[in-house]
Amino acid sequence: MTILAKHAGYRHAYDALLAHGVDPLNVQFESVLSPTEGVLNGQKTILLGTNNYLGLTFDPDCIEKAVDATRAQGTGTTGSRVANGTYDGHARLEKDVAAFYGRKHAMVFSTGYQANLGVLSTLVGRGDHLMLDADSHASIYDGSRLGMAEVIRFRHNNPDDLYKRLKRLEGVPGDKLIVVEGIYSMLGDTAPLKEFAAVKRETGAYLLVDEAHSLGVLGETGRGLAEAAGVEADVDFIVGTFSKSLGSVGGFCVSDAADFDIMRIVCRPYMFTASLPPGIVASTIEALKKMQAEPELRANLMRNATRLYDGLSAMGFQTGPEANPIVAVTMPDQQMAVVFWKMLLESGLYLNLALPPATPTNASLLRTSVSAAHSVQQIDRALDIFADVGRKLGFLPSDRRRAAGAI
Amino acid sequence: MRNEISTIFEQVLGRPVSITDDTDIVEDLGMDSLGVMNFVMAIEDFYDLSIPLDRVAQIQTVADLMRAVDDLRSGNAA
Repeated sequence: MTILAKHAGYRHAYDALLAHGVDPLNVQFESVLSPTEGVLNGQKTILLGTNNYLGLTFDPDCIEKAVDATRAQGTGTTGSRVANGTYDGHARLEKDVAAFYGRKHAMVFSTGYQANLGVLSTLVGRGDHLMLDADSHASIYDGSRLGMAEVIRFRHNNPDDLYKRLKRLEGVPGDKLIVVEGIYSMLGDTAPLKEFAAVKRETGAYLLVDEAHSLGVLGETGRGLAEAAGVEADVDFIVGTFSKSLGSVGGFCVSDAADFDIMRIVCRPYMFTASLPPGIVASTIEALKKMQAEPELRANLMRNATRLYDGLSAMGFQTGPEANPIVAVTMPDQQMAVVFWKMLLESGLYLNLALPPATPTNASLLRTSVSAAHSVQQIDRALDIFADVGRKLGFLPSDRRRAAGAI
Repeated sequence: MRNEISTIFEQVLGRPVSITDDTDIVEDLGMDSLGVMNFVMAIEDFYDLSIPLDRVAQIQTVADLMRAVDDLRSGNAA
């Protein structure tokens, strides 16, 4: 027994998972070859679960910029911007991100997780009210605990429930901040942002949208769900990450709030952590440029997403509510999910096994994320593997029954 | 209030339950975190109030829950 014995419940559940001969939380790739391929247990494997939406991790220009900046300015900043200063790259990246969103201000964090910790804990404090979607990402929940605001949870994607809760706060002092996500990371569903914006306007609350999974994915120019829904003017703060569509690491927040810069001296997850290394900053700047210059990346991404979503749905798998780059298949139970996932992996297809409590509605999910860099052949190969494993496990009708019209 | 809470438990769990002030909501009723969330939301609907997350975290027994609802109702009325 050690001080960690208090986590025995998780240990027990984890051991049960390991007993299947899999460790879905610790998959070890021998190497990663491209945005869509890696080597796992000596086998070339299609990567269909790495959030590499635009496939920019191996972009030659981004790599070149990262190498140049590393040679010129070193591998790391060895500390925070408050202590060690701002490099030209940090300032340039913030300028570019702000310009991309058409906002006055941008602030860069060292990860997307820290962006949520920093922004949520700074925008609201004691006496304020933080209104969170029940299915919010862990970084939003953790950020909500870092500040001292009162946290109220509303039903997932339910503007009426949010409205009811804001009405209960009518006349109660304190700022109200609504937090929703562009695309939810587990099921790939989008927020009904137009309706949320209407609630915001009527109740006088502020609105923050986390576009981590929707930057470069949704909207005519890739600015995310706020752009796609035509409500950017109603969104006071946008938070996002560089680690998915832009293929590097880091987080950001953009806003038009006049006094936004005060964040730089009061936001602890910004002030007390090392800033992004020059190489990361340089590749991010280049990726942001690429994303804007090459809208076909987004077109390819949606083509692949729709192909995978339609293919899985047509086979009879239970998919999420809409075709987005996150396509999640709901399994009937955890046992089937684990066995199914293991067989997919053995067949050369990597994706995420998502189990409760990390999933909404306690579902066990096979979560895929599609990339613009996937070829049509890779998507079709993934569908074939799904079909094959599905039939072997009796999850889908066998070929013979299908031939006999038994579907 | 206990009868009302008991009825809400039964609606959320879909089975009859027998509760006292000392009933532990997670341990005695076998609720997982999602069940607790659904239950809290049903309570909030019924009493027309929101229970902040830090208050939810303090609720272990039925008596804790009744106290929280009472506090929040009087707070709202004030």
